[in-house]
Amino acid sequence: MKHNDILTEIQSLGGQLSRRGFLKLSGAAGGGLLLAASFPSFGEESPTLVGSAELNAYVQVRGDGKIIIYSGSPEMGQGIKTSLPMIVAEEMGANWDDVEVVQAPEVNTELYGRQSTGGSYTLYLNWNLMREMGATARDMFIAAAAVALEVPRSELKAEGSQVTHVPTGQVRSFGELAALAHRQPVPKKETLVFKDREDYKILGQSISQVDSLEIVTGVGDFGIDTKVPNMLYGCYVKCPAVGGELISANIDDIKRAPGIVDAWSIKGNGNVRELMDGVGIVGTDTWSVFKAREILDVKWDETKASKDSWQAFVAFAEAQDQTGEKVVVDEGDVDAAFADPGHKVLSQLYEYPYVSHLCLEPMNCTADFRKDENGRDHLELWIPTQSGPRVQEMAKSRYGLDQDQVSIHMKRMGGSFGRRTSQEYVIEAVELSQRAGRPVKLTWNREDSVRYDFLREGGFTRLKGAIDDDGSVVAIEEHVIGVAPGGKPSRFTGPWASAFPFSTMKNIRASLTTRQMDTPVGPWRAPYSNTHAFASQSFFDELATLAGRDPIELMLELMGERRWITPDDVRALNTGRAIDVINTVAKKAQWGRPMPKGQGLGFAFYFCHAAHVAEIAEVSVDQNDRVTLHKVTAAVDVGPIINMSGAMSQVQGAIIDGYSTMAGQKITMENGRVQQTNLDQYPVLRIGQAPEIDVHFIQSDFDPTGLGEPALPPLAPAVANAIFAATGRRVRKMPISDVGFSV
Amino acid sequence: MAKYELMINGEAAVIEAAADMPLLWALRDLQGLTGTKYGCGIGQCGACTVHVNGAPTRSCLLPLSAAAGASVTTIEGLADGGQLSAVQKVWIETDVAQCGYCQAGQIMSATALLNVNPSPSDEDIDQAMSGNYCRCGTYIRIREAVHAAAAYYNAGDKA
Repeated sequence: MKHNDILTEIQSLGGQLSRRGFLKLSGAAGGGLLLAASFPSFGEESPTLVGSAELNAYVQVRGDGKIIIYSGSPEMGQGIKTSLPMIVAEEMGANWDDVEVVQAPEVNTELYGRQSTGGSYTLYLNWNLMREMGATARDMFIAAAAVALEVPRSELKAEGSQVTHVPTGQVRSFGELAALAHRQPVPKKETLVFKDREDYKILGQSISQVDSLEIVTGVGDFGIDTKVPNMLYGCYVKCPAVGGELISANIDDIKRAPGIVDAWSIKGNGNVRELMDGVGIVGTDTWSVFKAREILDVKWDETKASKDSWQAFVAFAEAQDQTGEKVVVDEGDVDAAFADPGHKVLSQLYEYPYVSHLCLEPMNCTADFRKDENGRDHLELWIPTQSGPRVQEMAKSRYGLDQDQVSIHMKRMGGSFGRRTSQEYVIEAVELSQRAGRPVKLTWNREDSVRYDFLREGGFTRLKGAIDDDGSVVAIEEHVIGVAPGGKPSRFTGPWASAFPFSTMKNIRASLTTRQMDTPVGPWRAPYSNTHAFASQSFFDELATLAGRDPIELMLELMGERRWITPDDVRALNTGRAIDVINTVAKKAQWGRPMPKGQGLGFAFYFCHAAHVAEIAEVSVDQNDRVTLHKVTAAVDVGPIINMSGAMSQVQGAIIDGYSTMAGQKITMENGRVQQTNLDQYPVLRIGQAPEIDVHFIQSDFDPTGLGEPALPPLAPAVANAIFAATGRRVRKMPISDVGFSV
Repeated sequence: MAKYELMINGEAAVIEAAADMPLLWALRDLQGLTGTKYGCGIGQCGACTVHVNGAPTRSCLLPLSAAAGASVTTIEGLADGGQLSAVQKVWIETDVAQCGYCQAGQIMSATALLNVNPSPSDEDIDQAMSGNYCRCGTYIRIREAVHAAAAYYNAGDKA
């Protein structure tokens, strides 16, 4: 049975999948069982969602016993293409070795759900759907076996890709039963029974990701590896200061360069998320195009271009008061707590830089804008993207193309971390293909990929706290000094009213002041949380020192009674889960043990993306201020672990990413120009600097939630607090190389 | 444009291209061997690592003219007659990859290390692999996998 035939069948269902339910698909299953699940769009949006994801699912069991599960969700290294099918296989009673996962071949939200990923919510949003899908299939196999063996259903169990008659030991494999199963009625959702956790055979195990073989043999099909017939290679050169307009360029010289097929001056619409002015060059190979750029001579009009200056932003921030222009949270009486002469009060300014996503796969897109056999426009795209549907929307709004005029291949991403959510690199490829009349693969070089990144914004947080006679934290005020590209405050600057630790404080005020900074910014792994955790949890450690208290003891006091701040809201802090991860990490890292001179332990807790994470860093600092991060201990509660290997990877990766970022990464702008564009100016952590990482999962009974982001935010404050413990010097500025430390 | 003859994964190849075209782009765009990746273009990320006459080499910096006559092995050439190499096998078993983009380069560097040092220490690994950046932070698994591959290697399997 060819996948294409099944997909044609799925496609023919079209709008039938508009309400939640399961459908058997006829015919195309080739005598096997083919189930489709559909689920209405998840309506809620919260600011923590980069673009929540949802997958519709298709499962096929063939007569030869092969189980094919279709995955619609984009894969960028977070492991979703492996973990979601594991849930289906578990509930079905399948052997994992019988499962083949196939990436959905197109973008079609009617069929595959939202086909976007972000916010670490993909798993949470799909947990029940995946279980229902598996349990439905299992129920139908059991019904089929009851018919085949003429025994009661209650005497049958499905396990190991077969149904066993428990009293007699007779078995029928899923493959043998597939055709008969397909003729059984689809059970009602309400009648489905999920397996107990203690009976799990697949979930919680370590499963190598489904694309491992392709990756290690070099045939993994990333976006940048796309090659289609008659394809040209292209680049698009923009003004080094974002927003500059093109006056003139030596296009004729470029056209004469070796390997160049054509070149154009292209007028944009001034929207950095769509198309800026630039020079498009297409040629016979990437190198020819990159070489031609070197002789490009463009005159830019920078009247409307960014004038951003990091230095000016620093001066602006340092001049700010304790309370900002816009108050976002104001509970209790902060002013009275600060004015009380019996209270100790501390105020400090924290600073964090712009940083790049630095996806190792540079930004790229392959576009083929052509006429179909009826003379209608048709756009075919090969894109590494976190959101296929957004590309469809763009094709409609910008080019007037209906869904049937657009074919989108969502390619594996060589990292994303929030980066591949924008459209400008797609549009640039479309523009080149439209002009060339041929498919064009646009490749940004590394320098483009950093210079025109939608950076994690830099900013500042002025924190103030009060400690009472008992040494308790009685008030906190946070003032974020953030950015407003084009005058509009970035939503990832914060502060977010729902953020930890605001909900735990009686007297709390959080406010915002922004400065216009036109350098584009966007979501970057655990947006807002990654800077807020650094500032707030480093400052919390300062307050503990001021109070003469142990920071963990003080944090546990802040948590108070075990309670869910907003019951049943997965995005709300659960202090019981927080207490458990904090106690676990303290015990595992042997918190409180005496440390030799020049060494220290640092603790931080943070809650975001529905995850409770506590980390303890162990560092030493030598007389030259060289920091060694020996070990990070992490305790994490994201509910039951789906894929232990994938979960460990995400925590290890987030910790190393957090450390790499805080060690030396900083993007600055002067005169609107990004000043660091490649690895020689932007240091990255190497293997020898990676710490030992000891991860402890508390597999609570709450529904599982995602792990792509939430282990990152506590890392920076944990390390900063450890450096303080080792040296007595506070780190209030990132990266630590800016305050004299090296790694 | 000139013609350059070299051996790629054991087969003779003739590539017609500019003398200064890096081997990376010749492999990717002209030979269709896209397993070797472009990351930084300045020899600092290691994603483009291939073996040139057995030595791990950053193909983004090696002009085709300098590669002429050489024997080049890319990630596509590691498996022998459909059999994965020991390093490839353990890379799957250890589930090293996250996004996977850097892993071809990591595997080429690890293979080169084991070819000269079949029992590397952590320090040996850190040194040999320091030129290969992993944005996803898979370093801990890379270390584990190299040790595991060394065990295979010492048991007689080809790295």
